[in-house]
Amino acid sequence: MKTEYTVDYLDQLESEAIHILREVAGQFERPALLFSGGKDSITLVHLALKAFRPGKFPFPLLHIDTGHNFPEALEFRDSLVGQIGEKLIIRKVEDTIREKKLTEPRGKFASRNQLQTYTLLDAIAEFEFDVCIGGGRRDEEKARAKERIFSVRDEFGQWDPKLQRPELWNTYNGKIHKGENVRAFPISNWTELDVWNYIRREKISLPSIYFSHDREVIEFEGQLVAYSSFILLDPSDTILKKKVRYRTVGDMTCTAAVESTAIDVDSIIEEITVTRTSERGETRIDDKFSEAAMEDRKKNGYF
Amino acid sequence: MDILRFITAGSVDDGKSTLIGRLLYDSKSILIDQMEALEKQSRLKEDGEIDLALVTDGLRAEREQGITIDVAYKYFSTAKRKFIIADAPGHIQYTRNMVTGASKADLIIILIDARNGVAEQTRRHSIIASLLNIPHLVVAINKMDLVDFAEDIYNNIVIDYSEMGKSLGLKDIHFLPISALRGDNIVEKSENLSWYHGETLLQLLENIHLDNDINLTVPRFPIQFVIRPQTEELPDYRGYAGKLISGIYRTGDQIMVLPSGLKSRISSIEVGGKQVDFAYAPQSAVITLIDDIDIGRGDLLVKEDHLPQVNQELDVLLCWMDKKPLHPGNKYILQINSLTIKAMVREIEYRLDVNTLTKNEEVYEAMLNDIVKVSIRTAAPLPFDSYKDLRVNGGAILIDETSNATVGACMIQ
Repeated sequence: MKTEYTVDYLDQLESEAIHILREVAGQFERPALLFSGGKDSITLVHLALKAFRPGKFPFPLLHIDTGHNFPEALEFRDSLVGQIGEKLIIRKVEDTIREKKLTEPRGKFASRNQLQTYTLLDAIAEFEFDVCIGGGRRDEEKARAKERIFSVRDEFGQWDPKLQRPELWNTYNGKIHKGENVRAFPISNWTELDVWNYIRREKISLPSIYFSHDREVIEFEGQLVAYSSFILLDPSDTILKKKVRYRTVGDMTCTAAVESTAIDVDSIIEEITVTRTSERGETRIDDKFSEAAMEDRKKNGYF
Repeated sequence: MDILRFITAGSVDDGKSTLIGRLLYDSKSILIDQMEALEKQSRLKEDGEIDLALVTDGLRAEREQGITIDVAYKYFSTAKRKFIIADAPGHIQYTRNMVTGASKADLIIILIDARNGVAEQTRRHSIIASLLNIPHLVVAINKMDLVDFAEDIYNNIVIDYSEMGKSLGLKDIHFLPISALRGDNIVEKSENLSWYHGETLLQLLENIHLDNDINLTVPRFPIQFVIRPQTEELPDYRGYAGKLISGIYRTGDQIMVLPSGLKSRISSIEVGGKQVDFAYAPQSAVITLIDDIDIGRGDLLVKEDHLPQVNQELDVLLCWMDKKPLHPGNKYILQINSLTIKAMVREIEYRLDVNTLTKNEEVYEAMLNDIVKVSIRTAAPLPFDSYKDLRVNGGAILIDETSNATVGACMIQ
């Protein structure tokens, strides 16, 4: 029965996310919002506008730039930041590699995904961030399904699944010791489809690579990877021209495209509703390596 | 479309994981790559059949030990509802995890093994459901296939449970026979259970009325954050940002700020950046007041016709969640919604046996997973409601100031 006090499920999710963002702002001294240019962090920015306008955001956006980004995502990032007039901090994995003499990953799809953690932890130390807001969702993956909304990390950024604080009602305990910090996940309870439905309802704009476009790709173990200067070609590789879109936007080296003709949000939602493959499984090359890949990376300070 | 949050109680032996796996599988919420991972894991086991219970296994540490140690959240939707499952372990040594999962639940599924009937564990889970005041309860009598789908066995368990439910004051109890392993009565009606004419589990979950669970009578608005743009256009703007945890607020309403007792009137309300005439729970909103009064995070906006209690002596039913025991005289930080305040546990009145509900008054400390009745004194008076009447403003946590850990869940009496 619909009454004038009915709250739709997207309104409930939105209200919960806004509540979490405000708890972050209320409890911490130096928050940052991790911004990747992907749809989840763009959704977070949209939610932050609802949570804090007409004021400014009580935190900057922080982009850990691997140097392997899609140019379309960077362009979008800069235009969005200009439009909302908020502060953006960029820290580059390239600089960390040079300063810390880290070893560049090698191989066909040399991914800097692992190295992001170093740059992130350095940025946290540099700006003394005590909390980083991220767009992680619990439906993405098994380790995330057990992670708290306020997830405490030690001074090495490590997550200890056995030492998690019980999280009761809508009460979030953000108390930490000096050196520790928290990762806060306002859209924990959203699924991929929820995010898309929300994007449609709120008419949120996204980088063009989320929609069907022509791209040169190579096929690798059944997945389509964008051809770019960041990957090494084998003689057996053939560069194909395909109509593709991206379901997640990570690095060009570790994010695979899906063949698609979906040119707008409606057709994407239609596609997802019938698709029987999960978002990370379909398009993240880095998770396929081991069953417990995400659990390990989280323990090591990954988002 | 709305959201139903539910928790499943039962141990591995009751088929809890199989039940969740079955719900996700039959509602087509297990995706191909997740199925592939499942098949891969199932092949490593002896019989090679897909083990639906593996759907809920999370961390490698848990898989290796074959147990669940933490609350895992799972999601699925139908055309009618989005479902959020809190999958919590059922053994007594994980009471705190169950309390955590139950704290947000609209509904609890209690699983009973048809061969065993109402067991000690059934009783414990029902007691926790009652203490946490979960509004709806589904008693799923499982493994009906192992008792030849016998109606009289089912009926006897229903009679046994109803008696216990009454003594615990449980409301809105629904019963149904199922076999999670074989999928009887989970999503599809079962021919084996043709004597049962009620809804399947999924239908029940889809149709249970939730509208009355949100209290729209008693207005409570805890302030989380003050928005102060201090720009040329808005030099004096002060917006109080928070979430309406219950009740309705309208522009022009007389409000009172607690604990200070200051009064004012609502000048404007914004929801999602838009001006509205009224806002209601569970919306997040920004409220501005006519008067420039000194209020901030931790203050509670209420209305005078529905005042909460304001007191610094609290009677609390406490679930202890820390390895370090609780002793009378220990000091903590108490957090209720956005308010934090120093608090001392003065006295432990009794310990509740969660298997039998008997009270043991010879108690000098509380250990991990104990549920105890305590009296707490806070550094100053704070506004609260009784947990039984208003869950959203009667639940608080205790934080250890030295470890910063969340050590206790308080249900204020």
